Amino acid sequence: MSSSGMKTEKLPGWNRPPVIDTDGEGELLEVAMGPHHPSTHGVFRMDVVLDGERVIRLKPVFGYLHRNHEQLGQSQSYLASMPYTDRLDYFCSLTNNWAYALAVEKLVGQEVPERAEYLRVILAELTRVQNHASTIGFLLQEMGASGTPLMYAFREREKILDLFESLTGSRMMCNYMRFGGCRVDASPAWLEATRKVVAGLPAFVDEFERFLMTNEILMARCQGIGILRPDLAVNAGISGPMLRGSGVNYDIRKIDHYGIYDRFKFRVPLGDHGDIYDRYMVRMLEMRESISILNQALKELPGGPVMDPKAKIRNFRPKPGEAYGRIEAPKGELGFYLISDGSPNPYRYRVRPPSLINLTVLEDMCLGSNVADVVLIFGSVDIVLGEVDR
Amino acid sequence: MLGDGILKGLAETAKNFAGSFVSKERMTTVEYPEERLPLPEAARNFPFLVYDGDDWEKGLRCVACQICEKECPPKCIYIEKSKDKKPDYVGKPQIYPAKFDIDISVCMSCQICVEVCPFEAIKMNTEFELATDDRFDGLLLDRKQLARSNEYYHQIHPTEASEVDARLAEEKAKVEAKAKAAAEAAAAKAVTAPATGAPAVPDAAKPAAQAEPKPAPTTKAAEVAKASAMATAPAAPKPVPGTGTDGPAPMTTEDRKNAETPAKTNEGEPKA
Amino acid sequence: MIERLDQIFVLLKHWLLGYLPESWQTPVGVIISVACIVGLYPALFAVTTVLERKGVGRIQNRLGPNRVGPYGILQPMADGIKSLTKEDIVPTSADAVVHFLAPIILVVTVFMGFAVLPMGRNMVLVDMDAGLLFYFAMGASTELSVFMAGWSSRNKYSLLGAMRAVAQMISYEVALLLSSVVIVMMTGSLSLVKIVEAQNHYSYGLPHWYIFTPWGFAAFIMYAIAGTAETNRSPFDLPEGESELVAGYHTEYSGFKFALFFLGEYVAMFSISGLGSTLFLGGWMAPLSGLQFIPSWIWFFGKLFVSMCVFIWLRGTLPRLRQDQLMNFAWKFVLPMCLLNLFVAALWRFMGDGWLRWIVCSAILIVAYFSIGREGMRRKHFGPRSYRYAA
Repeated sequence: MSSSGMKTEKLPGWNRPPVIDTDGEGELLEVAMGPHHPSTHGVFRMDVVLDGERVIRLKPVFGYLHRNHEQLGQSQSYLASMPYTDRLDYFCSLTNNWAYALAVEKLVGQEVPERAEYLRVILAELTRVQNHASTIGFLLQEMGASGTPLMYAFREREKILDLFESLTGSRMMCNYMRFGGCRVDASPAWLEATRKVVAGLPAFVDEFERFLMTNEILMARCQGIGILRPDLAVNAGISGPMLRGSGVNYDIRKIDHYGIYDRFKFRVPLGDHGDIYDRYMVRMLEMRESISILNQALKELPGGPVMDPKAKIRNFRPKPGEAYGRIEAPKGELGFYLISDGSPNPYRYRVRPPSLINLTVLEDMCLGSNVADVVLIFGSVDIVLGEVDR
Repeated sequence: MLGDGILKGLAETAKNFAGSFVSKERMTTVEYPEERLPLPEAARNFPFLVYDGDDWEKGLRCVACQICEKECPPKCIYIEKSKDKKPDYVGKPQIYPAKFDIDISVCMSCQICVEVCPFEAIKMNTEFELATDDRFDGLLLDRKQLARSNEYYHQIHPTEASEVDARLAEEKAKVEAKAKAAAEAAAAKAVTAPATGAPAVPDAAKPAAQAEPKPAPTTKAAEVAKASAMATAPAAPKPVPGTGTDGPAPMTTEDRKNAETPAKTNEGEPKA
Repeated sequence: MIERLDQIFVLLKHWLLGYLPESWQTPVGVIISVACIVGLYPALFAVTTVLERKGVGRIQNRLGPNRVGPYGILQPMADGIKSLTKEDIVPTSADAVVHFLAPIILVVTVFMGFAVLPMGRNMVLVDMDAGLLFYFAMGASTELSVFMAGWSSRNKYSLLGAMRAVAQMISYEVALLLSSVVIVMMTGSLSLVKIVEAQNHYSYGLPHWYIFTPWGFAAFIMYAIAGTAETNRSPFDLPEGESELVAGYHTEYSGFKFALFFLGEYVAMFSISGLGSTLFLGGWMAPLSGLQFIPSWIWFFGKLFVSMCVFIWLRGTLPRLRQDQLMNFAWKFVLPMCLLNLFVAALWRFMGDGWLRWIVCSAILIVAYFSIGREGMRRKHFGPRSYRYAA
């Protein structure tokens, strides 16, 4: 864990950031970055206290997008919550659907047919690819490259969204997974189109990687900035590429063996330094691994039904009990915790949002760095406000 | 060398610039509203009510069972049942919705109403240019605005519509076979006891009953397989939409509950 | 015939002045030339804005604006009407006089720089002996207006932005000057007309532009970097960066004053490019001796156009440098290279004619470039990395 180049000193209690001493002269500048801001990913505010250009304190303020998702979930049936989960992390609606379906299937002990599992994997990995591409595009956009790499990322993302639209009916709010499988089957024409898109992805990832790996300005702005120590990351409950960028080997696909991920060979990339550059390179390498999983899944896709014939849609009353279903969403560990008391509505419906948990260490990462870096560090956490505020 | 990454980036951009004049891949703009992208068949925007035939009031498939109203997550459907019954296409009296309002400013296009409807009465439309400047009622669609013909349904979702028609025709044929059997039994009984005429059986030459009425097992997988088998039946003529002679089969709610098929294929058959 | 086309503007001016009495001719002549410059460059600015938006759009695989006029040519008219009709907001606590003067001073000083640029054969407004010095004096005054804008707005963000901008411009001013001093050293004169004349011969059809010498090439690269930083263009546009504290020193300006700042930035770009082509690319000279039939002013504006395209290209590609990295770069890389360049240029002159001086001078510059570059990157631990995978 504490590999080359990372100092791991013990601090008394991780949630008390070290005090940065100012020079004693001049006054501190209090600035509120946001909520209207071109590069906070949504409505989000950061109250920063600056000494010249350095950050002394930072307090994230969110809740501007709170939409009562959990309360709504507790007041309507299980199926009716499914379209609302699309809107949590609106970039990756299919993985949200899968996490919720997984939680409910655990609650009732529902089996999922094999073809449905394969389709879920295919769609989840496509979601991962388009999410990571957009994240990297947004990083470069915030660095000021006037949106050029973002447009390239969105060009590829459009192809994937077209696939989603022809299968599920909607580009982003897919509402596709059901408790016991998937809503509709994928036709051979769709599979053919998917193969074509996946075949075109490696060239795009190569092009994108050239932007990241060798651009000196990018390296100067990203390397050594926003370092997250692995022990702090583990203590704070960070998950996803942020954790793996700091060198901790924790991928829920390998640990929980949910779905049929055991059947695919893929590797988990790790970073060594825990800075912004590592997180982005981890995402880039994860894109490549996703492409390899996609190729394997598309080849091995079996036939059969996509929905368990005994699954119920209406009048769904699970027996009293509780379940926690979690998946490796592109942003981290997305979990749904459900308590059922036998009625059609859940008694307690709780979302574990990766974006919110990952944001708790924002201050630790930003202390002592410049204002211009705060924006980049914040971008590297890769949040979506829909998930943070629910 | 310091700067070669920058030069590589510049070369990349120059390639994109030059390519934007020659290749379609590098120029992705579609100049709306002069050019439009074709929507995929499965696209969904807001619901609409299907009617068979030419008269939208008489042919409306909806029987106001209010299942969609109950299941709708944001509760944007508002139904009022009628007091009287209108005859269905085959003559069986059914209640119909006196009011059926969908507030499309609330609707989130989740398609759950379509999934749970037992009567294939509500489907998803693909129209999205619905902007209006009437703040209050402009986005509240009533029954008349929501009703679209079966032909329209075939236009926007051809494979889905033909599958639905095939399924409905099959169900109707099943019911007719049952009714015919019952009529024959009653006629046999009437022979022995000369009572007044056999109960009127709605029968007519149903030209497009192309699927042979198999005794329907009610497992979902078998339904799916049947639907797919029918979709690939080689010389099966497409059900003539909206001519009115072969409308949907009148069925009771209990029959329909058993036949609820949550999995409907989009097109073609699963790779079996 | 060719010469008439080449001198057409000069001849026009003389013909017009012929109608006036003796004593009026000089002042009216000056006024006509000034009016031409003040009329021409804003028109070029308008075309450049469209070019930039369409160019950056094409780089990003999309069309730029194309609704107003054919291919969007009339877009600047729409933008101009918009900025003229916007409400002019001046914050209450702002220093009104300074707030008003800042964009005006910017525009005035930027236009003054054009007084000494030779835009064609015999087409310079004032042929000063110390033309280059005058140009840099005017260029430094633009920094004054940037600071006035930030200070008078009474706004924390503007002040921060203005301070950053001024610090950046001062650092790169040094680099700009030092790279031009090499040219002055080799030509022996500060007058821009004489600098062009010194380049104005061809051998084997190829021109004697200063860029085709090793020290000239290095100086040109330094000049280009410093020029981009002077005009606050990408990748040095942190002072007006949108991702940081809003819009920097022109946050509090709206409507026409903002348009004036914008105009000032673009005209400064023209001005710097014009000076760059005069110093290094031969001004109004044709690139090949066979092409001299094309008028000289076409070549000048053609080089200006190419420079604009390069600026737009850089803007569409490169992300921004952070402020302290910018300054590090200026003081630790550009300045030492410029000083070394002076030494190399002197060595060039000292070694006399021949092929040896080419090799020696190029070798010194290349070695210096590589070693300083690598040293700078290594000390900060920058560089491509390799990643490991968990089992």
